[in-house]
Amino acid sequence: MINQPNDMMFRVFIRLIAIIVVTFSIYLFFSGHNAPGGGFIGGLMTAIAILVMYLVFGTKTMNAALPFNYPYMMSIGLLVAAGTGIISVAFGYPYLKQFFDYFQIPIFGEVELTTALIFDLGVYLLVVGSAMTFILSIVEDDS
Amino acid sequence: MSNLIILPIIFPFIIGAVLIFFSKSSRAQRIISGISALLMVGISAYLAVLAFQQDTVILESGDWVAPYGIILVLDNLAALMVLITSILAASCLFFAFGTISKKREKYYFYPFYFFLIVGVNGAFLTGDIFNLFVFFEVMLLASYVLIVNGGSKYQLRESFKYVILNIFGSALFIMAIAWIYSVTGTVNMAHLSERVAEINQPGIVTVIAVMFFIVFGAKGALFPLYFWLPKSYYGPPAALAALFGGLLTKVGIYAIIRMFTLVFYHEPLFTHKGIIVTAAGFTMLLGVLGAVSQFDFKRILSYHIISQVGYMVMGLGIFTPLAVAGAIYYIVHHMFVKTALFLLAGATEKITGTTDIKAMGGLIKSQPVLTWSFFIAAISLAGIPPLSGFFSKFPIILAGFQEGQWVISAVALLVGLLTLISMMKIFGYVFWGENKLTERQNNMSVTNLLIPIAPLVAFSIILGFAAEPIFTYSLHIAEQILEPSNYVNAVLKE
Repeated sequence: MINQPNDMMFRVFIRLIAIIVVTFSIYLFFSGHNAPGGGFIGGLMTAIAILVMYLVFGTKTMNAALPFNYPYMMSIGLLVAAGTGIISVAFGYPYLKQFFDYFQIPIFGEVELTTALIFDLGVYLLVVGSAMTFILSIVEDDS
Repeated sequence: MSNLIILPIIFPFIIGAVLIFFSKSSRAQRIISGISALLMVGISAYLAVLAFQQDTVILESGDWVAPYGIILVLDNLAALMVLITSILAASCLFFAFGTISKKREKYYFYPFYFFLIVGVNGAFLTGDIFNLFVFFEVMLLASYVLIVNGGSKYQLRESFKYVILNIFGSALFIMAIAWIYSVTGTVNMAHLSERVAEINQPGIVTVIAVMFFIVFGAKGALFPLYFWLPKSYYGPPAALAALFGGLLTKVGIYAIIRMFTLVFYHEPLFTHKGIIVTAAGFTMLLGVLGAVSQFDFKRILSYHIISQVGYMVMGLGIFTPLAVAGAIYYIVHHMFVKTALFLLAGATEKITGTTDIKAMGGLIKSQPVLTWSFFIAAISLAGIPPLSGFFSKFPIILAGFQEGQWVISAVALLVGLLTLISMMKIFGYVFWGENKLTERQNNMSVTNLLIPIAPLVAFSIILGFAAEPIFTYSLHIAEQILEPSNYVNAVLKE
């Protein structure tokens, strides 16, 4: 799969497609909680975009381009998600109680921001990290 | 409401996540995990006191009221189980420091060890049957990783069976949950209890109850679904085999006790005195026969897990306060003693390099402490007074005679005798007899391995000599769980 001579179309288009997929995954991530979407599906889609790039450019190039330590990313995700719950404990509320408010942000207008979004960020990191860890460890096993 | 209840779940969760960062350094992992395991014991001891003072403490996570949100319920039974879990986890962890290979440490042994505890504690504390499923999965996923890690041929073959059986069990579990949801329209246990009581447990609910019994029976190694246990507990290293043997099957048994005292208690003649008692009898008898026929240290102990799980379920099946109290006492006793025996088997294996008892002999001369620790744990398991095994079997069998359950009580007595025979077989082969050890093996010291075992053996003695207060406590728990309105009122606040 590395350096096939006639994958020109693939290599050119993938740059475009990856950007679209990642953008859509970010959209899904933010639309979550009260509408379809959220950290899990957003993270899965991001992982797909990264995977397609791995498929086209090969592990060596991609490891250099995106030097993430995916097991660490999983762990950070777990800690962020668990930490969100602890914030509410610190204020004397039950574990995982969510807080939200409406903010005026330029360009976007009125936006609802919740602490559940931070929890979702943890889920997002966890899903990207674990999906990539699974697949990369299988890939590395092969070579 | 108390946020402290989340600690037995969230604390090992965070520690597990943090440990991933230190996977390269075995020393940092040992320091962090050792301190946290001891902290866990402190936390759970405090929670046990809290539960004893307030009876039932609940936490509505995310501030969503029951029965809509996910709630955690800490009653005396759950608190006791969490306490024992953390003690066992700490013991096995310190034992693992001396026996586990560097390679396993590098491949995330400690993080998954803590994730396993997250699952176990979560299963004890949750008040929601779907969440019970989720925590079972957390526990099982961690156990798959721990059991497979190392990757020898035998291990892969046996853990494959373990994984397949448990995935099948989980599929049945989710079906049973869907089923009970379609009948009652709720998955909150207290709400379930209330609604099943309203419709007075018709036939369809009893069928679902039996389905749940099969699911938890497969996880708890009950007849006829125990065949996976002896082989899959043989593969992993001693520290893990001890933790699994002491802990994992008991989560299934806990779930059976919880469901059949809280929700499905309206048809005791069919479910409790029929199915559960029958399954208990066969489990005890076949388990102990397996143990008598084996000549491998770890295998004998694994078969004994099966036979002893039978006693606990028998106590539930007889279904009087005395019997249930006996079952709870038995769980406590079994978890300590079984873990101690597995760890002692591990220490013996470290000295002799084998688990075949025919190849060992004469350890009593070079390892007196090891020998007598084993002796205490072994006769305690067989049920010799004044150790804990006697005082836990006595109320169960007594209640059996009181209720006219002659057959099962006779089986229980016979199994006690056979247990003694197989324990003495180990003792005779491994510790007595002529010395078959080499010079180097004779001079080997395993003191660092005996220190984590010592508290467990001590607990077995304490549980025997302090039987009176501990039995009063078990009876208190039994009376509490046999009166489901305590639980329901605490959760639904009526």
